[in-house]
Amino acid sequence: MSISVSNISKSYKNVNALQNISFDVKPGELFGLIGPDGAGKTTLFRILTTLLVPDAGHATVTDLDVVTHYKAIRNSVGYMPGKFSLYQDLTVEENLHFFATIFGTTIEENYDLIKDIYVQIEPFKKRRAGKLSGGMKQKLALSCALIHKPNVLFLDEPTTGVDPVSRKEFWDMLKRLQQKDITILVSTPYMDEAALCDRIALMQNGKILEIDTPAAIVKHYPKTIYNVSSNNMYQLLESLKAYKHHYSIYPFGEFVHYSDKRTDFNTEDLKAYLESRNLSNINIEKTAATIEDTFMELAK
Amino acid sequence: MLPIIFVLPLIQLVILSNAATFEIKNIAFAYIDNDHSSASRALIEKFNASTYFNVLTHFPSEAKASAAMLKGEVDVVLEIPRHFERQLQKSKQAHLGVTINAIDGAAAGVKNVYVTQIIQTFNQHIKVNLLQPSDMLSQPSTINTIPLFWYNETLNYKTFMVPGILVLLVTMITLFLSGMNIVREKEIGTLEQINVTPIKKRQFIIGKLFPFWVLGLGLLTIGLTIAKLIFNIPMIGSLALMYFYTSIYILVVLGIGLFISNFTDTQQQAMFISWFFMVIFILMSGLFTPIESMPKWAQIITEFNPIKYFVEVMRMVMLKGSGFMDILPQVTKTLLYALIMNGLAVWSYKKTS
Repeated sequence: MSISVSNISKSYKNVNALQNISFDVKPGELFGLIGPDGAGKTTLFRILTTLLVPDAGHATVTDLDVVTHYKAIRNSVGYMPGKFSLYQDLTVEENLHFFATIFGTTIEENYDLIKDIYVQIEPFKKRRAGKLSGGMKQKLALSCALIHKPNVLFLDEPTTGVDPVSRKEFWDMLKRLQQKDITILVSTPYMDEAALCDRIALMQNGKILEIDTPAAIVKHYPKTIYNVSSNNMYQLLESLKAYKHHYSIYPFGEFVHYSDKRTDFNTEDLKAYLESRNLSNINIEKTAATIEDTFMELAK
Repeated sequence: MLPIIFVLPLIQLVILSNAATFEIKNIAFAYIDNDHSSASRALIEKFNASTYFNVLTHFPSEAKASAAMLKGEVDVVLEIPRHFERQLQKSKQAHLGVTINAIDGAAAGVKNVYVTQIIQTFNQHIKVNLLQPSDMLSQPSTINTIPLFWYNETLNYKTFMVPGILVLLVTMITLFLSGMNIVREKEIGTLEQINVTPIKKRQFIIGKLFPFWVLGLGLLTIGLTIAKLIFNIPMIGSLALMYFYTSIYILVVLGIGLFISNFTDTQQQAMFISWFFMVIFILMSGLFTPIESMPKWAQIITEFNPIKYFVEVMRMVMLKGSGFMDILPQVTKTLLYALIMNGLAVWSYKKTS
C-alpha cells in the first residue's frame, strides 16, 4: 500500500479534528478527500507529511511509519500545502533550484517529470514567485513538489481559488502524473473534481462518511432524483419545502434537486401541487444523482 | 530592505553621537543682586565669562526669580545678599544663596559643581585682593589638584559614546532581523514547505544565521569608518581583535533572536519580545549609566547582558588599546553565551508540531 491510515485521531484543544480515520491508497492511485472546510482534510495531510503527530492510531506512507520513520518519508514525498508557500521573493527558477538542492538533486535530473508543467511557466522564470498569477503559482508549487521525483504526492486543496480553465488543466496534469507511477492524494471542496479521482473518501467533521469510486458512491443514493424548475426559484423552494411528501430539496444551479418519500411517486401530482401554488413553466425530469447529492445525503 | 538596514542605523549613529551628550551647556542662569557692589558685579562677571552659563537676567526680588524657575525659564538662581562685599572685607566670609532646578537630578548635580567651581575661583581671587601684608605669614598653604584624564584626555564625550552607540546599532539590527526571521516564514507558510524536506535542523539554522552574521560585521565596518571619518575617534587597539570579538558576539545576539523566533507565532509577538530584551539590555549595559553605581542585584543581572560585554570590549580595545589577554574574560563569557543560546535555538526549533 502506498498510504495506509488506521484509526488515526487528532484533536486540538476542544475540537476533534480527526476521529478514527482509516483508509488505504493503492500504489499509482489518484485518491480524493472530499469535504467542506473544517472537515479535517488539512490535519490529515499534516499527519501524513510528518508535520503533525497523531494522538492515536498509526499511519504509513510508502510502508514507512509517519512517526518513527519521518525522515525517510520526507525524502520520498512531495507536499503542496493549500496556501502558496514558496519563497515569494525568489524567482521561479531560484525556487525550483532551491528545492532541488535541499532534496539533493538537480533540475536537470528530473526535468522530464516536471517538463509538461514547467514549460508553461518557463517564459516567466526570471519573475519573482510572489508576482505570479494564481494559476502559475500553482504550477510552480507543483513543479517544486515534484522536483525530487516523489513516490507519493500530497496536494492539499490545490485548486481552491483557481479559475475554471486552470483547474481543468491542473487535473489533466494530475492524470498525466499518475501515468508516471506517482500515487496522488488530493483534497478538494469541489464535488465536480471528485468525479475525476479513482476513489474518493467523503469527509465531514473529522469522520469519513464513505469511501468508494465516484461511480459507486453515486449509486449509494437511495432515492430517485428529479430536476424541478419553474418561473420563480424562491417560490419553488418554499413550496417544495411545504410539500409534505418531500424527502430532500437542494438548489442545484437552475434546478432544484428533489426526491420524494413515497415509492409510488408520480411527477404529475407534484406538478399539480406546484401549479396550485401559482407557479408556472413547471418542468420535472428524472436525473442521475451526483456526488454532491450523495454527500448531502450522507452528511444529514 | 538592504538600503534600510544600512542607512537607518548610520543616520542614527551620526545623530545620536552628536545629540546624546552628557555635557551640560547653555544653563539658563539668573541672579538677584541685593548688594550692588563691585564684588557682586565681579562675581556675576565670572558667570558671564563662563561658556556653560547663559546669564539671562537680573531679578529684583526672590519671588520673581522663583516664579521664573517655576515656569522653567531659569535653571540656576544666584542670590547675593545685602552687605556681601562689606562682610567679605570685615569678617572675611560671606554667604551666597544658590537655587538649582533639580527636575533632572543628574544634571542638577553637574550644574552645582560648575557653580561651586566658579565661586571657588572667585574666592581665591578675592582672597589675594583682600589680604593684608601682615596676614601673609599666617596664610595656609593650599593644595592644588591637577586632574589627568587617561584614555580620553579632553573628556570628549563622543569618544566615549560613539563606540557604545555602534554596539547598540549592531545589536539592534541583528536581533530584530533574526528575531523576526523564522516567525516570518511561519507567517507566510514557507516553513511548512521547508519542514517536509529532508533538510537538517542545523543546516537550516546555520542557513538562517549566516546572512545576519555577515550583515552584522558589515554594519560594524561601516560604523567604524564613520567613527573614524566623522568623529575622529581614536582607535588605539587592534581592529582584528575588534572583529574577532564582534564575530562571536553577533552569534549570541542571533541565538537569542532565533530562540525568540521559535517561541512566537507572529512577527508582532517577536518584535515585542525583542524590544523588551533590547530595552533592558541597553539600559543595563553601562552605556548610559555606570554599572558600578547600580544596586547589587542589578549588577548581578548585568552579568547576563551581552551588550555590557560588547560595550566594555569596544571601549577597552578602541580607547585603551587592550590586547587579547585583557579582554579574555569577556571573550570567554561571550563564547559560552553563544554556545548556550545557539544550542537552545537549535533544540527549540522543531520540524514537527
